[in-house]
Amino acid sequence: MESNLNVPASAQRKAKPTRNPLGREANVAGWLFVSPMVLGFLALLLGPLLLAFYMSMTDWPLLGEPTFVGLENYQALFHDEEFWTVVGNTFTFAAGLVPMNIVLALGLALLLARKLPGIGIFRTAIFVPVMTSLIVWAIVWKYLFATDTGFINQILQLFGITGPAWLYNTKLAMPVVIVTSVLKNVGLNMVLFIAALQQVPAHLYEAARIDGAGRARQFFRITVPLISPTIFLTTLLTIIGSLKVFGQIYVMTQGGPDGSTKVLVYYIWEKAFKNFEFGYASALAFVLFFIIFVFTLLQWQYRKRWVFHEE
Amino acid sequence: MKSNRPGKIIGISLNYIVLSVVSLVMLVPFLWMLSTSLKEPAKIFVFPPELIPWPIRLENYTEVLSGTPFHLFYWNSLYIAVLVTVGTVFFASIAGYAFARIPFKGKNLVFLVLLSTMMIPNEVTSIPMFLFMRALGFINTHVPLIVLPIFGAGGIFGVFVMRQFFLGIPKELEEAAMIDGCSRWRIYWSIMLPLAKPAIATLTIFTFLTSWNDFYDPLIFLNDRELMTLPLALSLFTDEAGTAWHHLMSASVMATLPLLIVFFFAQKQFIEGVSMTGMKD
Repeated sequence: MESNLNVPASAQRKAKPTRNPLGREANVAGWLFVSPMVLGFLALLLGPLLLAFYMSMTDWPLLGEPTFVGLENYQALFHDEEFWTVVGNTFTFAAGLVPMNIVLALGLALLLARKLPGIGIFRTAIFVPVMTSLIVWAIVWKYLFATDTGFINQILQLFGITGPAWLYNTKLAMPVVIVTSVLKNVGLNMVLFIAALQQVPAHLYEAARIDGAGRARQFFRITVPLISPTIFLTTLLTIIGSLKVFGQIYVMTQGGPDGSTKVLVYYIWEKAFKNFEFGYASALAFVLFFIIFVFTLLQWQYRKRWVFHEE
Repeated sequence: MKSNRPGKIIGISLNYIVLSVVSLVMLVPFLWMLSTSLKEPAKIFVFPPELIPWPIRLENYTEVLSGTPFHLFYWNSLYIAVLVTVGTVFFASIAGYAFARIPFKGKNLVFLVLLSTMMIPNEVTSIPMFLFMRALGFINTHVPLIVLPIFGAGGIFGVFVMRQFFLGIPKELEEAAMIDGCSRWRIYWSIMLPLAKPAIATLTIFTFLTSWNDFYDPLIFLNDRELMTLPLALSLFTDEAGTAWHHLMSASVMATLPLLIVFFFAQKQFIEGVSMTGMKD
């Protein structure tokens, strides 16, 4: 270094990687290794994202030229009654699904984290729906909830109750979709909770028991605080997932009856790929993006406590 | 402090009862599906339902196979899922290795950009992607269904999983190989990749599952019946007036079976993998 004192500092810094053959090799190798992923990402994710943003500011008919309209699509959203209904439905779905999913997943994890004979069978049974195609799951439940011939109404018939037209009732359709969606995915959160529970050191419970702490006290004073990062993050991930609900709506209700289950992604799909209003649909998609962005920021704040090793 | 035994027995029994009820609810759809898939059409809505139908009607299966291009749906789903999985594991593992182990310029920035785009909902980019693919003539082909997941959010998730795993492998292994003059590619291919089997298994199952069950992209990009994947084809069965439930259910069984078989054999690794990639801190 001393012999280089006369050389400007910037040149020294520049010279450094080339002087070290290993460093240069690392640059070439590193970029070669990540280039397919990065190029794919630029062409298939970032590019389309920027284009989508531009599209959201155009009137883009199926045939013909797009015209730039600035923020008109976004302004139109505010006056679109259906948009507000759809946003409301999306939040209703999330608000119904998330607490039910988290509570049930945690409850099941508590029951299944114990080492009891035959516990693997139950774990598997609850995890199997996660493996199933959402579409198959939705089709079967649509069938079970069928009005006259459905399994559930036939069971109710045994007790002399005439079951309602579940999926054709504006008040019942959404709850049915929510419950079946919870059952579909509760297994995944359950597995994550089991993993978290198994990392709670057993000696903490022993100490608490010696101090005379009951089950409930142990749960709220030891279990919950120690697995709280997992609770927090599964909750956020479940919220983000639920804001994107589509498949089960498409199969079970097609957004009906009377728009009572029409959610944001369904509306986007309808506008974009049924009506071919690409500009308006893009604006809708950016609203979804913004909502998810807010929740993702929260998750990002806590990432160190969860998934990734930081160097 | 050893709590009273009767209390404990009641507790455990309660445990089993609750678990049995929940498991039953989880399995009812499958039992129903399986049972209906073997019923004569006239017996589907008979009440009380026959759980084990008699006579068993295997024709439901053969009729689906001969009446629809079911083997094509199957083949489409299968080969797309395999290509997506192989592509994802390959590209994600080389990128993950570089991000974990090669000190190249701009690495942190690139990684951060990738990381931050994982939240972009598929629905946002799918609109321009539809136009893009249409301009390239790829609508109603399988190209978008194979290429998009590899480099989309699923691929980026794969990069994380692999990077994560490679970070955990001791540096000494690699350093010894480097001193011996191994190239980066050799190190990746002959040393790191074989060590990454658990991470690869997890990523493989995850990716295969996601691709096999994907619905939104096939719905957007495919029109022809012969090109459809299983979930899309099944969803169209229900639309037709007067659904043939016995046929739909046997088709559903056939669509579900391969995954359940894979899961049955890979279950331990998969659940461990989920916990491993999701939970270690």
